[in-house]
Order: sequence, then C-alpha cells, then structure tokens
Amino acid sequence: MQYALLAYDPVGETDRVARPIPDALAALLGGPNVTGWARLHTEESATTLRNDDGRVLLTDGPFVDSKEYLAGLILIEAANLDGALAAAEEMLQQARPGTVIEVRPIVDGRLRGA
Amino acid sequence: MTGVSVALDAVFRDQWGRVLATLVGIFGDIELAEDAAAEAFAIAAERWPRDGEPANPTGWLVTTARNRAVDQLRRQRVLAEKTKLLARDLEAGLQPPEAPVDDAATIADERLELVFTCCHPALALDAQVALTLRTLGGLSTDEIALAFLVPTETMSKRLTRAKHKIRDAGIPFAVPPDHQLPDRLAAVLAVVYLIFNQGWGGGRVDLAAEAIHLGRALAALMPDEPEATALLALMLLHDARRAARTRDGQVVPLDDQDRSLWDTRQLAEGRTLVQRAVARGRRGPYLVQVAIADLHLQQPRDWRQIAALYQTLAHQTRSPIVELNRAIAVAEIDGPEAGLTILDRLDLDHYRYFHSTRAELLRRAGRDAEAHQAYRRALDLAQTEPEQRFLADRLAETTLACKTLP
Repeated sequence: MQYALLAYDPVGETDRVARPIPDALAALLGGPNVTGWARLHTEESATTLRNDDGRVLLTDGPFVDSKEYLAGLILIEAANLDGALAAAEEMLQQARPGTVIEVRPIVDGRLRGA
Repeated sequence: MTGVSVALDAVFRDQWGRVLATLVGIFGDIELAEDAAAEAFAIAAERWPRDGEPANPTGWLVTTARNRAVDQLRRQRVLAEKTKLLARDLEAGLQPPEAPVDDAATIADERLELVFTCCHPALALDAQVALTLRTLGGLSTDEIALAFLVPTETMSKRLTRAKHKIRDAGIPFAVPPDHQLPDRLAAVLAVVYLIFNQGWGGGRVDLAAEAIHLGRALAALMPDEPEATALLALMLLHDARRAARTRDGQVVPLDDQDRSLWDTRQLAEGRTLVQRAVARGRRGPYLVQVAIADLHLQQPRDWRQIAALYQTLAHQTRSPIVELNRAIAVAEIDGPEAGLTILDRLDLDHYRYFHSTRAELLRRAGRDAEAHQAYRRALDLAQTEPEQRFLADRLAETTLACKTLP
C-alpha cells in the first residue's frame, strides 16, 4: 500500500529554509520505500483558495490555523499500516522535538520529482 | 425460544468468532465477512433443524459463508481486485458445503489475528471494545449499544467507521512480530479487562460473562503467554464473588460478604490458572493483580504482602490508582494517617474511589469534618445506585458525628 506521511512543525520556526535536513533523516528519505517527498515553506508563505459558489476567493495564510503547520509531505510504500507506522516513527525520531506526523493511506496519485 | 434455536445459539456463540476470523483471513474485509457469516448462520438456522446438524459445523458454516461472499463479490464485479487467491477457487467452481476440504482440522483458527486487528492502537479504544465484542464475542450491535448505554445508531456508526478504517488504512490481519507483541498483547488484554469491569457496574448485558468468554479464548489461543492466563484467572476470582457483592441493592464490602455465596468452583479454577501462570516465571501486571486478588480472599488478610505486591504493581504500571490501593493496605498496617500521606501525593480528584477511600481513612483517623466533605465529593461522582446509597449512608453517619462534636 501507499501512504502519505504529513509532517507538522510547531509554528514560529524562522530558520526553516536555511536549516539543512539532518543526515540521518536525509538517509531515511533516500530509502527504497520512499517514493517521493516535499519540504514546504512555513505557513506564512501560504495562500488559500476557496471555491465559494463558483467564485474563487483568495486569502493570505494557511487554511487551518493551528499551533502546528503542515511542513512536509513524504510518500512511502509499506505492506500495511504497521509498516507505515514503523517508517513514520523512524523518521520522527530524527525530527525536531514538537514535530507531529500524520499517516494517511493514499487512494491514488502521481508525484514527479520536486 | 424453541429448543432448536437454543441449540443454535450455543453453536453461534462458539462458532461465530472462528468462522468470522477465517472469512476475514480469506477476504481481508471485515464487513464482507460479517455479512456473509450472518447469512450462513441464517441458512443454518433454517436447514439444520430440518436436515440435521452437519458432521462438521465449522466447515459447513465457513464454506457456506465463503460461497455467499463470492456471490456478493461477483455481483459487485470487483472480485479480481479483492483477492487473487479466490480467483483460483472460482475457476474450480463453488464448493458444496459438504466438501471434505473443509475438515475442521484444516481450517486454521485465525481468531488471534482477528483480535489483534480489532485491538490495533490505530483504532479508538471505544471502537476496539465494540469491535471485539461484535467480531469475537458475537454480540449484536443492539446488544453492544445497550451495554454501553448509547443509541444503536451511534454504536452502528462507530463499528462501521472502525471497519472502514481497518480496510482503508491497511491495519494488518496478523499476530504482531515478537518485538511488538508485548505492547500489542497488553492492548488486547486491556480491552478484555475493560469489558469485564464495565460488566460489574450495570448488568444490562452480561459483559462480565462476555469478557470471561473472550479471556478463555485468549488463554487457549496463547498458552505460552502467562499474562493472558493471569487475566482470565483475575476475572474468575473477581466474578466468583458476584452473588455476594450486593445485598438488597446495597454494596457489601468484602469483609462483610457471605462467603457461602462465593462460587467455589470458579475460585478453584482461577487458582489453578494462577499456578500455571506462575510456573511460567515472568511476573507481569495481571499476574501480580491476581496474586493480590487471591490474598484479599484469605482470612486474616496478609496486608504486608498485599502492600508489597501493590508496590511491585505501581512500579510496573506507574498507575496512581494502584498507589491508591497501596495506601489502603498501608493504612491497615501503619494506621490511617500513613495511608492518607500516600493519598495526599496523588492527583486523582476526578476519581470517585479516591474520595470514598480518603473519606474512610479520614473517618478512621477521627477527622470527621474532613471525612464528611470527602464523602460528599464521592457521592457527587458516584455512578451506580448501590454506590450512591452506600455513600449516602456514610455521609449521614459523619453528619451525625459532626453534630455531636462539642
């Protein structure tokens, strides 16, 4: 099965882009089970579009306002949920304190190199 | 109920989990398996009284249900996606229910796989409990809803959502590998014990009996796991005192219970199981709990040993409720103030037994005004009528005591 790991970081990190991905995490992202990944700019860079009865409304900022923001997306292959949870846990251990990962099964999709 | 349906009920109880587990193993979809199993049991209810029970009821039910499920999948035209394994069966044609291939010995018992699926930590605890009662216990959605005092519709949604999550998120139908087994087994046992404890409060559906039934199945399926055996023993020892636990709607404290009402056969069985679990060496939390439960049944009670075992258990579980129980034992050895010292360190303000325990120790220490307040708090939190009556009586006693103070 394919799973998306959605990584959330605490709001308020300003050095995000300048900070390199730690080696241990980079190694995990290079693993054969990872089919794609994307690191996202902070939530301040977000623009949200909303379909309001056919009219498109633009707002500055993320759709969901919370203490954590969506910071990255990792697509993986795993035999089942236990496999996906194990992969997510391994990555979480290499991430900064306060990081959260949500594991979601993928229905279908396509990702070309970012 | 007619004699026939009573007999079928017994078969149903014994076979449902087995048949369902086998079907989930084949189809990988609990909803489909459940529908097919229900159909097979309905057909059995109609035919068996007429034609006689087949020589191999499990095999008959599995084969009939499998054929029904295949029919349904055909109708849905998604057979090829659902399972490749089945395509082979289909090419060979459907099997008649009497087919010798379904000799009971050849049908692997996959209830363990099913219970680990139902008690997967990715499911909410209330969903784990409901799903376990439905799939392994064979309780209907109505019965489970009644037992947990929620509308049938709510319970039905909870079950459906859980089954969809298992399917969509890919929760495995498997016994976890060794490195995960201790944690996952603890989760399974916790679900069964939670069902058992729920059974003591109300008495609408006999959840205590359901939990013991599940406990028996687990202990039989995992003979090498002393904790599974210990949990069954623990439930048997508690349940053996059921008839003596209330009198005229009032809770009867252990020391005042009529011991002739205790189920001696069940106590003996529980103690035999304890011996078996002890022989396996490792002392897990359920084994410690059953050892404590057994010590509580002895007269006079060995409070020092009880306190020591609570200390072990507190170390294993880090549970403040265990500390609460240790405080009771310590109060018996060193007096109520020593127990109160332990209680004062605990953060259990939401817990009703914390306040009733504290009230009792305060009363014994002669601090009646404080005891009165604590009984009032316990009464505010009490959930069952017998508890409320018991606490109301104690509250009244301490009120009198307060008034007689100079």
